[in-house]
Amino acid sequence: MFNIREAKWLAPQVRWLIVDAPRVATRHQPGHFVIVRVRDDGERIPLTVADSDAQAGTITLVVQVVGATTELLCALQAGDSILDLVGPLGKPTEIENFGHVVLVGGGVGTAVIYPQAGALKAAGNKVSAIIGGRSKPYVIMEQELGAVCDAVHPCTDDGSYGYHGFVTGKLQELIDNESDPVNAVLTAGPVPMMKNVAKVTEAKKILTIASLNPIMVDGTGMCGGCRVMVDGKPKFACVDGPEFDAHKVDFGLLTDRLTAYREQEKRAWDRLHENPEHKCKLEAAMRELKA
Amino acid sequence: MKPAERMKIPRQSMPEQEPEVRAHNFNEVNLGMDIETARLESERCLCCKDAKCVSGCPVGIDIAGFVGAVADGDLRKAAEILYDANVLPGITGRVCPQETQCEEVCIRAKKGEPVAVGYVERFVADWARENYKAVMTSPPPTGKRAAIVGSGPAGLTCAGELAKKGHDVTVFEALHKPGGVLLYGIPEFRLPKKIIDLEVGKLKEIGVKIECNVVIGQTYTVGELQEKEGFDTVFIANGAGLPVFQGVPGENLKGVYSANEYLTRVNLMGAFRGEDSDTPVIRSNSVVVVGGGNTAMDSIRTARRLGADPAVLVYRRSRKEMPARVEEIKHAEEEGVKLDLLVNPVEILGTEDGWVRSVVCQRMELGEPDSSGRRRPVPIEGSEFEYPCEVFVEAIGTGANPLLTQTTPELKLNRWGNILADENLMTSMPGVFAGGDIVRGGATVILAMGDGKDAAVAMHKYMTNG
Ligand SMILES: Cc1cc2nc3c(=O)[nH]c(=O)nc-3n(C[C@H](O)[C@H](O)[C@H](O)COP(=O)(O)OP(=O)(O)OC[C@H]3O[C@@H](n4cnc5c(N)ncnc54)[C@H](O)[C@@H]3O)c2cc1C
Ligand SMILES: Cc1cc2nc3c(=O)[nH]c(=O)nc-3n(C[C@H](O)[C@H](O)[C@H](O)COP(=O)(O)OP(=O)(O)OC[C@H]3O[C@@H](n4cnc5c(N)ncnc54)[C@H](O)[C@@H]3O)c2cc1C
Ligand code: SF4
Ligand code: SF4
Ligand code: FES
Repeated sequence: MFNIREAKWLAPQVRWLIVDAPRVATRHQPGHFVIVRVRDDGERIPLTVADSDAQAGTITLVVQVVGATTELLCALQAGDSILDLVGPLGKPTEIENFGHVVLVGGGVGTAVIYPQAGALKAAGNKVSAIIGGRSKPYVIMEQELGAVCDAVHPCTDDGSYGYHGFVTGKLQELIDNESDPVNAVLTAGPVPMMKNVAKVTEAKKILTIASLNPIMVDGTGMCGGCRVMVDGKPKFACVDGPEFDAHKVDFGLLTDRLTAYREQEKRAWDRLHENPEHKCKLEAAMRELKA
Repeated sequence: MKPAERMKIPRQSMPEQEPEVRAHNFNEVNLGMDIETARLESERCLCCKDAKCVSGCPVGIDIAGFVGAVADGDLRKAAEILYDANVLPGITGRVCPQETQCEEVCIRAKKGEPVAVGYVERFVADWARENYKAVMTSPPPTGKRAAIVGSGPAGLTCAGELAKKGHDVTVFEALHKPGGVLLYGIPEFRLPKKIIDLEVGKLKEIGVKIECNVVIGQTYTVGELQEKEGFDTVFIANGAGLPVFQGVPGENLKGVYSANEYLTRVNLMGAFRGEDSDTPVIRSNSVVVVGGGNTAMDSIRTARRLGADPAVLVYRRSRKEMPARVEEIKHAEEEGVKLDLLVNPVEILGTEDGWVRSVVCQRMELGEPDSSGRRRPVPIEGSEFEYPCEVFVEAIGTGANPLLTQTTPELKLNRWGNILADENLMTSMPGVFAGGDIVRGGATVILAMGDGKDAAVAMHKYMTNG
């Protein structure tokens, strides 16, 4: 059992959790993820380690409610615990001195780029972050990123905060700024966003690394369910990735494979919402959000 | 009883669920013998002086001893003999390919049918679980510590044997529950999960610690187990869990699974429990599985139970070459699985929205023997045909998972990525031993257990200089 030390809402439907996981905290590097299971007979879901504190033995998770399991997880409070948590999994981000690196995070993808930002800065890079959300409340971790980046550019689709438009628009602006060339781009977020980021950087052949999020089961290379196509070859995202050269990723396939269980996921969601015990836990968590 | 009388007793059969019934549930197919039947079967054993059967058993169980004890009605003694050589008899009694091991070399097989060693073994183990809890004991602690990587049959056996010698043993398992392939691969209807829990429980009673959610190579490296975590020896038994795909077009369509994924979703993650488990699996009316081993059998019988009709298994060689246990093939056919032999899939076709629609197959014929001594299947030109299906499962084997070995460059590997071990099962790293599928490539439960046992002997020596 993995105790939750702190829990709060970062944005609507986005929860921030500090969890006791000393073994993971000791070994965590940017790019790593964990797999958690919330209840007995529950499913295993991958989540990026957004931060770690080896001394305190804790890791930070930033979770967005998209379906039944993430909702169960987000209904947990400080003092509750997570049944299973394994990691760190995946290959860590390759940190180098690239020069000027731009990190592009969309939604909870921002949690992926945060530890990368710190490590890239420490490696001597100039680090710019572009973070996007639907509207102002959805832009997360701006302050945390501000502390480790040279510049942070928040963007909102509706223009309620920061740059008005998609993160790719802002990225194009930075790339077009001849006086401050961009040497590498790292991106994490919704698949369509990463796909478009790759398009934007392709013209100038800027090295672009995307953190992929296919459906996973074991996270150890045992099932092959997380396979993605990179440069025409099958790769297991959990062990060969999750980060790959974005210009070589078949994003169309990734998008399609993510829909495999849509019907079952919908039924799981409906089942959860019909369950009175869950309703009451959820309401407690939501009250906290309103307060 | 005189040998002549023993010879007259016919081999007893195992009661099982009716095929029409069991094809729609996940309960165990074999129901187990009652005590009278088990005794009668045991009386068939001639308790040979120079018993051949033992040489067929990779862990060298005193078969005449325990079967003889059952014949005498002394079940406690039978259990003691059994557990002395095999810490997981409830499992081997169910899944050993007896027909190519102990039973193949049983003297009685020369004229008629061998003693049903597996059935009697299962009977004794099941009896002991209910009636004779403290069958194993552990001596005073030696103060030596062993780490075991992986909780499959090799790891569990090694852990049990070391604990029986008084060592302090911790098993590290990547998944959230112990058992390895026994848990995530072999389905409930062949090996109920309850049995694994109970056998693992027996190991815990003698002091074995099991820590799930630890991936060696990621959470700790092997070197760290020795240096930082203070283990005197390490046994690597992480299995051969890397799924192999055929490499035919269409493998990324939705509805194409490796057998590992299909079985893990259903077994470990519980999708067998009902239509709507937290972990989904695609249920479909028509399923095709490719492969001829136990994994393929388990996949297609699972599909059948999830409602597939037709449930078709295609295999590129003939029945004689199928590596699956004979009983599994028989059971599958009784349950309505269609075997289509000398058939090889060459392409998977999909719908516009990315789902499997059908599998294109080619008929084969047997040509000259290949390096394995089996006749090589050769495609028949122009024999292509389509099997319509919504789920296609590939069960053509597994390779060595590189997750652990790639973080441990000191470990010498063969060219397939299997760990090299010497006759004492020690690897190129002093104090680090390895066994089971990671050394042998995909093999059997009992061979993995044999390795676990042999490694425990060598590790004991290494730790005590004895
Ligand atoms: C390496 C990696 C890191 C991730 N990091 C984070 C993170 O830090 N924070 C976060 O909120 N989310 C993260 N995700 C996504 C997260 O795992 C999924 O949102 C979660 O599994 C959905 O489970 P659910 O039951 O709540 O929703 P479901 O009802 O299962 O699905 C809802 C949606 O999520 C997608 N999905 C379903 N299962 C998975 C899965 N196993 N992996 C990915 N997507 C899935 C489905 O396509 C669907 O669109 C990460 C995914 C990966 C692969
Ligand atoms: C579907 C199926 C059916 C089978 N049926 C039969 C049968 O009927 N009879 C028979 O004799 N054999 C059968 N086999 C073969 C048999 O199951 C294997 O030979 C046997 O399980 C190998 O045992 P093992 O202990 O070496 O490895 P495994 O059983 O594979 O166990 C390895 C364990 O190590 C864990 N692990 C892996 N990597 C790490 C890591 N880095 N850190 C920590 N833990 C790790 C895994 O999660 C797993 O739990 C079958 C195999 C399959 C797949
Ligand atoms: S363990 Fe397997 S091979 Fe050995 S006696 Fe039992 S069934 Fe036979
Ligand atoms: S060889 Fe057959 S008959 Fe002889 S002891 Fe073994 S099981 Fe009994
Ligand atoms: S999640 Fe199973 S292989 Fe990657």
